[in-house]
Amino acid sequence: MTRRRSIDLFVNGTHQSVEVDPRTLLSDVLRHDLGLTGTHVGCEQGACGACTIIADGRAIRSCLVLAPQAEGMTIETIESLHGESLHPVQQALADEHGLQCGFCTSGIVVSLVAASRAGASADEAIDTALGGHLCRCTGYVNIRAAVHSAWIRLAEHGDEP
Amino acid sequence: MKPAPFDYLDPPDLDGVLAALAEHGDDALVIGGGQSLVPLLNLRLARPEIVVDPRRVAGLDTITVGPDRVDIGARVTASELLEHAALATAMPGLLEAAADIGHVQIRNRTTVGGSIAHADPAAELPAALVALDGTVVLRSASGERVVAAADFFEGAFLTTRRPDELLTAVRLPVPAGRSGWLEQARRPGDFALVGVFATLDADGAGGPDVVASVTIALSGVGSRPVRATEAEGLLIGRPISTATIDAAAAAVSGGVDPTDDVHATGRHRAALAGALTARLLTRLAGLTRQTDGSRA
Repeated sequence: MTRRRSIDLFVNGTHQSVEVDPRTLLSDVLRHDLGLTGTHVGCEQGACGACTIIADGRAIRSCLVLAPQAEGMTIETIESLHGESLHPVQQALADEHGLQCGFCTSGIVVSLVAASRAGASADEAIDTALGGHLCRCTGYVNIRAAVHSAWIRLAEHGDEP
Repeated sequence: MKPAPFDYLDPPDLDGVLAALAEHGDDALVIGGGQSLVPLLNLRLARPEIVVDPRRVAGLDTITVGPDRVDIGARVTASELLEHAALATAMPGLLEAAADIGHVQIRNRTTVGGSIAHADPAAELPAALVALDGTVVLRSASGERVVAAADFFEGAFLTTRRPDELLTAVRLPVPAGRSGWLEQARRPGDFALVGVFATLDADGAGGPDVVASVTIALSGVGSRPVRATEAEGLLIGRPISTATIDAAAAAVSGGVDPTDDVHATGRHRAALAGALTARLLTRLAGLTRQTDGSRA
């Protein structure tokens, strides 16, 4: 009985029109329909943060949005944050060994970029943005070091990759 | 996991949403920001035939701060509460409560109406609504009901909202004096074990430091938000001091009867309820305690 419907959304600067079953999660639209597999899916209950994207300027859980709710959203995924070279947040995570398996990393990068754009200090980003992400490898020590390092780069060079 | 199949209705206006609820209410769930409902759908703990989404209804996303009352549309998010300067002045406690909801990525989506209609006994906003003597506005095809917070929450995840009704707004009287929120969670962002919302007016006409009004409501100590009327009665008309606060806090601990669960024993929750109440009222009263090492 469920009616498929067409949704329009703007992903990484491109208009996309996708036909979905209403129960489809936005995370699965991004991964399966649009091939943007940098958005990871961990818990599907909002706890882990791996699926975090920026929607209409704010970091959100893409696994907690039904596809039809995303109608008209302007979305940025991890794929949009770097060009030829890595985004300063990504480079800092690499330099500081802030990732091991990397599963949680794309969500963390997205949240940190949103926090930096919102004017958060490094400490605020650690306390608030990073609080919404589970990392089972690192123990966060090197992620925290990467935030401090990234914020220094961002202050010096802005967020151009 | 993925949700079981459902149909999704997002009518373009309020009449359309109310018509959908009138027709399908018993088989439908209303979705707000989805931060509680989508996990339930994904875990298949909720299997509605129809999900009704009022996202296209105009006027549900506004905050109106008047001299005596604040009206908050059901679809206002926690983050939007936190960014509202006039609201921060009128009732700072509401912003303190909103700041403790989940993590920022959740606060960016979770809505005021959704949180209150969901009626999680551990949630922040239902307790705030009870302490502020707020009301909820319920619209249906047959009219409008304005229900006091005390008559709205029936039990855990149970309210007196009828299936054909949409919660469109909450109305919060601006409290005299100060307001605040304090909760204890194992980690920031977790569901709190216990939370307390209080308002305190001790600068009124009754004399210096005499409590003209006080309200206290707790989350996490019962199946719904618990108003600490006995503790309030011990404070009203008396001078505010660490001694009167401690007596009220003892009444809070003694007056609640939380059950044991996997997160904490009932005894621990009762003790926390008193400790948090004492700490919050001490802060609202502008008092200090030599032995209180907390930053609250």
